[in-house]
Amino acid sequence: MFRFLFGRLGLLIPTFFGVTLVAFSFIRLLPGDPLDLLAGERGISPERKAQLLEQMGFDQPLWRQYIDYIAGIFQGDLGTSFASKKPVLDEFMTLFPATAELALCAIILAVCLGIPAGIYAAVKRGSIADQAVMGTALIGYSMPIFWWGLLLIILFSGILQWTPVSGRISLLYFFPQPTGFMLIDSLLSGEKGAFLSAVRHLILPSIVLATIPLAVIARQTRSAMLEVLGEDYVRTARAKGLPPRSVIGLHALRNALIPVVTTIGLQVGVLLAGAILTETIFSWPGIGKWLVDSISRRDYFVVQGGLLMIAGIIMLVNLIVDVLYGLINPRIRYN
Amino acid sequence: MTKTSPATKADTSRLEMESRNATKAQLYEFWYYFSQNKGAVLGLIVFTLLVLMAVFAPFVAPHNPDVQYRDSFLVPPVWEEGGKAAFLLGTDAVGRDMLSRLIYGARFSLFIGVVVVSIALVGGIVLGLVAGYVRGAVDTFIMRIMDIILAFPSLLLALVLVAILGPGLVNAMIAIALVLQPHFVRLTRAAVMAERSRDYVIAAKVAGAGHFRLMFKTILPNCLAPLIVQATLSFSNAILDAAALGFLGMGAQPPTPEWGTMLAEAREFILRAWWVVTFPGLAILITVLAINLVGDGLRDALDPKLKRS
Repeated sequence: MFRFLFGRLGLLIPTFFGVTLVAFSFIRLLPGDPLDLLAGERGISPERKAQLLEQMGFDQPLWRQYIDYIAGIFQGDLGTSFASKKPVLDEFMTLFPATAELALCAIILAVCLGIPAGIYAAVKRGSIADQAVMGTALIGYSMPIFWWGLLLIILFSGILQWTPVSGRISLLYFFPQPTGFMLIDSLLSGEKGAFLSAVRHLILPSIVLATIPLAVIARQTRSAMLEVLGEDYVRTARAKGLPPRSVIGLHALRNALIPVVTTIGLQVGVLLAGAILTETIFSWPGIGKWLVDSISRRDYFVVQGGLLMIAGIIMLVNLIVDVLYGLINPRIRYN
Repeated sequence: MTKTSPATKADTSRLEMESRNATKAQLYEFWYYFSQNKGAVLGLIVFTLLVLMAVFAPFVAPHNPDVQYRDSFLVPPVWEEGGKAAFLLGTDAVGRDMLSRLIYGARFSLFIGVVVVSIALVGGIVLGLVAGYVRGAVDTFIMRIMDIILAFPSLLLALVLVAILGPGLVNAMIAIALVLQPHFVRLTRAAVMAERSRDYVIAAKVAGAGHFRLMFKTILPNCLAPLIVQATLSFSNAILDAAALGFLGMGAQPPTPEWGTMLAEAREFILRAWWVVTFPGLAILITVLAINLVGDGLRDALDPKLKRS
């Protein structure tokens, strides 16, 4: 098991350095030099520019800059935001809980609806119910989620006025946020109605972000389930007279879920890409919106740091999924 | 040796005819399985209509997509109160006909799909063939680079690439192609590795075929099925990603009637004029859905090993 774990870790190291190289090259590849871009049309004096270049280390040779950059990463230094003058890592840590809360709610929604829907479709294979579930899943899979979000806003915020249009909580509430998770913080604050307000703000963005993972999980569960249902041991279980409920729930589901776990792990990338769009539509103050705003306001150290952190998270989650997969399915370990 | 006897000549022509018949039979078989899937046939019909609409846009569209009718801002669709018969799906905030813009928009989306998939497919096949055929350090190098690309969410990487290259349709297409490429590389490499030790490849090698011929003429045609399915999937992904970039202001720039860009322009009217928001998104959804339906059908027909999911 340890060999397997270290093998996976060993594969990760070159990828990690590749990712740092991408993030590092990003600022250096931009057309023109970053300071001119920042100064805009007004420009800055050559002396001030030289001073700033030195301050940011841009006057060093490239290899030196890269080594400094890597050394910085290991000390938790991802540079400073031009716009807020705060360290990028601090900003990331402040905003990340908002994205994590949204992504967690979305994936819980997707799993809780997607797996039962997939099982149901597989068990009722070929029926109208199966076709309806799979048809809906294909529509969800094909959905431009930025448009889907706008449609939901028109319906639920515009016409029905059930949910707010944007933000994480009503402006009426103000309380300390020790965890950064609005649902927990609002409960801890003890303010009346705060939790409900947080829930109402969270519903639409969660639905929008859950749409594609939900469709993928439902499709994957159905096909995995169909495969397992055709196996001999399931036939044996049926033949010895077990009720269908325990054949499906106990014997079939356990093995069918193995590939589904991998699929769920792979959704992290989908969720983070979806967060960029979802957060932009709902003005959700998370890292997706932060990155889009930083790209358009040319706050390049933020983009550089954000790229690295997001790739790091995805790599970490993939590693965890890989290891979990090895735990559930020993055949993989020795391959 | 160089002189062919009449008998061998007859043999060759018979062989040729047989192989032509075999291709025909294969096509027939493919169509048989494909047409079993009603959804796929529906998708194909819708997709064909979209292509025709895009090609003949100047003849189909009732108005010029860029002309602003100054007396008709935000006119609702014809069936709503206040709608005008001249503008079937209404007009946008500066008085341009929605229907005509949507019809012209089909050109952009389909063009984006074709260009992105072509770049990603050609690049992916070449890299995948080389990695799977040569193996060793070259393989490791190529695959590690693909791993790095896959470590980023595709939309984020595309956004950053567009920030480097500058916003615009062409740069958006390059960025998306680059982001979609690793899937083709991985598929091609896996298929090549499965095929390269088969008897027919070894036979060709013994017969004196060079590396180039072995890679492109012997092995590649037998790896095409999964690549075709992936190409269809990527086609719809490319359209979605390009629309998302347009929506974020990083893709096609206004006044281009690209569907994602149209949505971005329409955002501020979301609670006042539902039609400017609804129709462009619906166009994206229908197009992507049609392509995905075709993709599911292709997978069923080309690869019986993969069960329908």
